[in-house]
Amino acid sequence: MMLPDPAATGLARVRKIEGDALGLRTPAFAPTEGAGDLLEVSLGPHHPSTHGVFRMDVVLDGERIVRLKPVFGYLHRNHEKLGEATSYLGSMPYTDRLDYLNSMTNNWAYALAVEKLAGIPVTERAEYVRVVLAELSRLLNHTCLAGFLMQDCGCSGTPLMYAFREREKILDLFESLSGSRMMCNVQRFGGCRVDPSAEWLAATRRLVDGYGAFLDEFEALLSGNEIVMARTQGVGRLPAALAVNAGITGPMLRASGVGHDLRKVDGYGVYPRFNFRVPIGRDGDVYDRYMVRMLEMRESIAILDQALRDLPGGPILDPKAKQRGLRPKAGEAYGRIEGPKGEIGFFLVSDGTGNPTRYRVRAPSFVNLTVLEDLCLGHTVADAVIILGSIDIVLGEVDR
Amino acid sequence: MILAVAPASPADAWLERAPLLLRDALTGWLPDALRPWVSALLSIAVILGVFGLLFAYMTLAERKLLGRMQNRPGPNRTGPFGLLQPFADAIKALTKEDIVPRAADRVLHFLAPVVLVALSLLGLAVIPFGRNLVAVELEAAVLYFFAAGAATELSIFMAGWASRNKYSLLAAMRALAQLISYEVPLLLSVVPVVVVAGSLSTTGIVAAQGGWAAGIWPHWHALTPWGFSAFAVFMIAALAESNRSPFDLPEAESELIAGHLTEYSGFKYALFFMAEYLGMAALSAMAVTLFLGGWQAPLGLLEFVPSYAWFGVKLLLLLLGFIWIRATFPRLRIDQLTRLSWKFLVPLALVNLLNGGFWAATADWSGPAAAVRWLVSALLVVVPFVALARSLAAGYGPRTYRYAPS
Repeated sequence: MMLPDPAATGLARVRKIEGDALGLRTPAFAPTEGAGDLLEVSLGPHHPSTHGVFRMDVVLDGERIVRLKPVFGYLHRNHEKLGEATSYLGSMPYTDRLDYLNSMTNNWAYALAVEKLAGIPVTERAEYVRVVLAELSRLLNHTCLAGFLMQDCGCSGTPLMYAFREREKILDLFESLSGSRMMCNVQRFGGCRVDPSAEWLAATRRLVDGYGAFLDEFEALLSGNEIVMARTQGVGRLPAALAVNAGITGPMLRASGVGHDLRKVDGYGVYPRFNFRVPIGRDGDVYDRYMVRMLEMRESIAILDQALRDLPGGPILDPKAKQRGLRPKAGEAYGRIEGPKGEIGFFLVSDGTGNPTRYRVRAPSFVNLTVLEDLCLGHTVADAVIILGSIDIVLGEVDR
Repeated sequence: MILAVAPASPADAWLERAPLLLRDALTGWLPDALRPWVSALLSIAVILGVFGLLFAYMTLAERKLLGRMQNRPGPNRTGPFGLLQPFADAIKALTKEDIVPRAADRVLHFLAPVVLVALSLLGLAVIPFGRNLVAVELEAAVLYFFAAGAATELSIFMAGWASRNKYSLLAAMRALAQLISYEVPLLLSVVPVVVVAGSLSTTGIVAAQGGWAAGIWPHWHALTPWGFSAFAVFMIAALAESNRSPFDLPEAESELIAGHLTEYSGFKYALFFMAEYLGMAALSAMAVTLFLGGWQAPLGLLEFVPSYAWFGVKLLLLLLGFIWIRATFPRLRIDQLTRLSWKFLVPLALVNLLNGGFWAATADWSGPAAAVRWLVSALLVVVPFVALARSLAAGYGPRTYRYAPS
């Protein structure tokens, strides 16, 4: 058989690796000799498994992926430039829309950056409430991710529906606290906008107490399932060296065996007061990424347990802390926290006016997505779908 | 044919003979030359009607059960308990615009669903749905059934190829690999049944499973070691043959949109759907016939229930099993799917051939020798199963996780 004409099949565009001085990136996957034509398929932007408007331009040799080009920006809404034209407080609700599953952690990271910039102290009660909300958000995110990942593996909706049942419970809590299910806009500079009532805390306590049982049930169905293990183990391996050099953070980095968690490293907020562990994987494949998240949820439950137990009284927000019309001194600050998807950070530059002159978001989904091709080369289309699912992206944050 | 039995036998009960009496009442007044033709037409009408309705309500049952298993109610708005949902779906499918892509091969694109439904229906002709209730009495009925079933692969490839869509093409590729791989264990698992029953005719195989050992243990093939193994292989292969989860790769919605169905809409799409359910029902009906005693009652004192009711109950149980599996398992990858067939099911079925031969050769062993017979047959199932499962599961397994030192 003849090799296909490279120009006609897209082989000519099979990847060239640039800037890979350390030799960490996956080498190009050579198509089988004499295998016939390569097939260029566009997965997305309207595709059931791209989790939003995201496109993977793949070149296939049979079912094997020879090249993969991520195409995004369909959801770009000029978030960062808008931030420079908006007051410091005015950007807070916009941050809800970045990773729209986790407005709680987005708010916190942004509030942290502004608090650093303007030197605003945070009340004790607010610090605890932030931890509670962030860990609830982590539960919500990881639960949804596990459900979606299993959906990508071909489960006919069962894990997803059970994941969404739990998600609804957490969203109900968010709604009763903030008035909105997803766009919560709860944080303010120096504290929180709303103070949780005793009833709300009791409801949260009930949810936290019951969450372990849900995880047990979920894991009993899936974690040891032969097909899940066969599908996810050894697929989409991310070596620790590549993960570190590509700036991967969050559960994806920890699944590759690097125990880096900002809650431990930075010890922001009141996290140093809590007892919790950081689970790490070994192989960095899809299964490890799934399991690390499942284990992280157990730790989140432990943190929530302690935070709800120790929650102090007092004001949630210093009424004198300036919100509207805040004018920090000229300078710059970077606030970062361990979001459910990785390091979510905001970099702000102030020139002393009411708007930042530079507003920049470090979005974990976006950075984690950069290694997609390295993870997918040589695997099949079916694998690419679950690899993408295991990275855990939200297009609101990738495209901004 | 089997009508010459003692008067008190269940075969003479009024309910048992009702379908035949009805047929005779409808065709009795016709001249003799016309009667076989009309009764054949009647059989076709009954099969189309019953299985058409079964298809309609299977879709509803599937959506309802899947819904309940997934913590949601399922369709419940159309009619009481959503019972009119299948008809609403049918009207929707009929009134939808039929879109044919401009680049598609129009003839093949049109023919694929039609051929598929026709082929899926053919197999039902040789299934004995009850005592004396078989549309066509063939000497080589089993061969005919699988020949008709094997041809359905062509139409799926036709659909994928004619659509001129890359997803459809990938799906067609997968469908061919999958269906050809699973045709082999499917057929191999049937051979021991034929050897033991000594017949290729479906009625003969059902008759061979009549009676009870010690009065309570039915002589169904699935209740013997070799038969259980063959039944398991058959059902797994049947899952794959009917493109059902966890082997629904050709229409894997999270990977290939809808696979070979991507470019189909309206009634053609409904026909594919119908063919999937008909194929599933036909293979389940064959499994009932080959392994679960066909229309035979499980216990002697339950024989007053008409034979076709037993057949229906067994068929529905198998179909519900399909739905349950769909709600539970994720999908395999194409290479794992073919590996499961060639490295696990095929060797298992081959060993089982030997097992079936052994069972047929030792049919006259009794007393303590019968126990030895069962033990040997069971070993011939368990040992290869364990050995093959070990090699299949190499490379993955549960893991333990560490925590970062703090």
